[in-house]
Amino acid sequence: MRRGPRRTSMDLGYATLQVFNGLVNGAFYALLSLGLAVIFGMLRVVNFAHGAFYMLGAFAAYLLQLELGIGFWPALVLAPAAVALVGIAVERLLLRRLYGLDPLYGFLLTFGLTLLIQDGMRVRFGLQGQPYATPTELGGSLSLGAIAYPAYRLFVIAFSLAVCVAVWYAIERTRLGMVVRASIERRDLTRAFGISVDRWVTGTFAFGIALAGLAGVLAAPMRNVSPTMGAEPVILTFAVVVIGGMGSIAGAVVAGFAVGVLASLGAIVNPALENILVFALMAVVLLVRPAGLFGSLEAR
Amino acid sequence: MSGRYPRIAMVVGSAVVALVLPRVIYSVLALDILLWALFAMSVDLLVGYVGLLSFGHAAFWGGAAYVAALLARDLRLAFPLAALAGVLAAMALAVPVGYLSIRRRGIYFAMVTLAFAQMLFYLVNELRGVTGGENGVQGVPRLLWGVSVTRPGDFYYAALPLVLLGYLAVYRVTRSPFGHVLAAIRDNEARAQALGYPTPRYKLVAFVLSAGIAGLAGSLYAIGHGFASLDLLHWTTSGTVVLMVVLGGTGTLWGSLVGAAIVLFLRDQLSSVTEASDAVTGAILIAIVLGFRRGLWRSLAALPARAVRRLART
Repeated sequence: MRRGPRRTSMDLGYATLQVFNGLVNGAFYALLSLGLAVIFGMLRVVNFAHGAFYMLGAFAAYLLQLELGIGFWPALVLAPAAVALVGIAVERLLLRRLYGLDPLYGFLLTFGLTLLIQDGMRVRFGLQGQPYATPTELGGSLSLGAIAYPAYRLFVIAFSLAVCVAVWYAIERTRLGMVVRASIERRDLTRAFGISVDRWVTGTFAFGIALAGLAGVLAAPMRNVSPTMGAEPVILTFAVVVIGGMGSIAGAVVAGFAVGVLASLGAIVNPALENILVFALMAVVLLVRPAGLFGSLEAR
Repeated sequence: MSGRYPRIAMVVGSAVVALVLPRVIYSVLALDILLWALFAMSVDLLVGYVGLLSFGHAAFWGGAAYVAALLARDLRLAFPLAALAGVLAAMALAVPVGYLSIRRRGIYFAMVTLAFAQMLFYLVNELRGVTGGENGVQGVPRLLWGVSVTRPGDFYYAALPLVLLGYLAVYRVTRSPFGHVLAAIRDNEARAQALGYPTPRYKLVAFVLSAGIAGLAGSLYAIGHGFASLDLLHWTTSGTVVLMVVLGGTGTLWGSLVGAAIVLFLRDQLSSVTEASDAVTGAILIAIVLGFRRGLWRSLAALPARAVRRLART
């Protein structure tokens, strides 16, 4: 049997390609786990419905395009805002009744909500995935040395990173973030200072939901828009959250990108392994550092 | 249930119910209810008696289902043996999964178990050569040492002893000294530790036992229906069984039976009206979490006492 020539240069190109694919996946993990972390910090609710809101974001963009002819760029703002409105209703009508109880009730409630939203959308729109066009400005590919990479995916990486940094800055370095952090740490005391904490809780939930919706809009041109598109990303994001720990904003973002890249690099061996590797990474972290990379044991 | 006689009456009563159930509703649904109830009890064993909410029990129900279905089809194994193999496979799988999962508790435990179950889902989907991928394992025979149990009604009675054995096993575990240590861990883990109990080991054993029970239910489910498919491993399956437990009330075991019966019966009835059975499940879950957190079983069990009190007052 004849051996083929060593494909070192090509393998390097493939590895580069996988790093960028990993960054794209990481961009979604980071946006989703950032939203989960913000919501968990304020509400003590692990929002299972995060994937459903991600799906709703993609559908909002799709429907804006289909019904009103509104394109990708306005949708990038309008769709998350629309999803956030749903989030406000959910917080006011449902989640509000569960504060102070075991977080598992919030998890169960949002799980039920996921089934309801997902199945409702399936009945209305069917399981068939709907295509969503890539914005024309980002249609081509950019040359990155050895490889050419779709411009839209590079935009996804850059945009997600920018949003994550902005959120981190807003929460850790601004007065607005100070109120949020104060509401998280000493709710009663913050209330005593005349700050309407309840309203901030609603706002925080809506903001986390908007991040999920935003991720959905970004996903729409890459993946078909379908009612079940959110389920798998959210479970993978849970693994990312276990790896990173839900304690910190920066931790969620760093873990998101790191897991994306590591899983994609592992997938060089066998592409089918990509998602499985995310869970394998979670197993390793549980073995070595059960509290998560950036989590504290107190948060167990 | 205090005293000896009510308990005996309950056991006899439920045995009679189990025997005549296929006369009331068709036998496939009857067996589904009993098997989902057993599955729900395995989850209740963890959430109600150890305080660990597993959101990934589909891994054991579905994993065992695949093992049992493959052995029954390819080795023509009698179904009790295939089910036993399924149980052992589920328990073997539960050792690493449980060992890693019990390192976290509360909401994180739920997320970790959910993630591991999804991992198995992907793995089974990828190993198409063995598992059939999207098609699953089809054409599984219902063999009983040379005899093929073809009629679903007959299989109900053939499987019933194993199902009852499963119920008995869960019941015995919860009433054993081991079960009392589990309850102590649930109520206050630090105190149980201070009393000298190696709590992680207890939790792991409980997890593995629970997985075995789920595996028994899943194996019989696959053989009864004649196939194992990816649905059995899906995250919605893990969620549905948790719904049954919460619906019936955690820590009651009987509640699991009530929960399973209500959910399956509702789905069966509604399947002619609406195709959105998941939406129905979701709506029930939301209603339960908002309104009946103690579970229907306890809410209903509290009714006679409340009625008596009201009568006494008048």
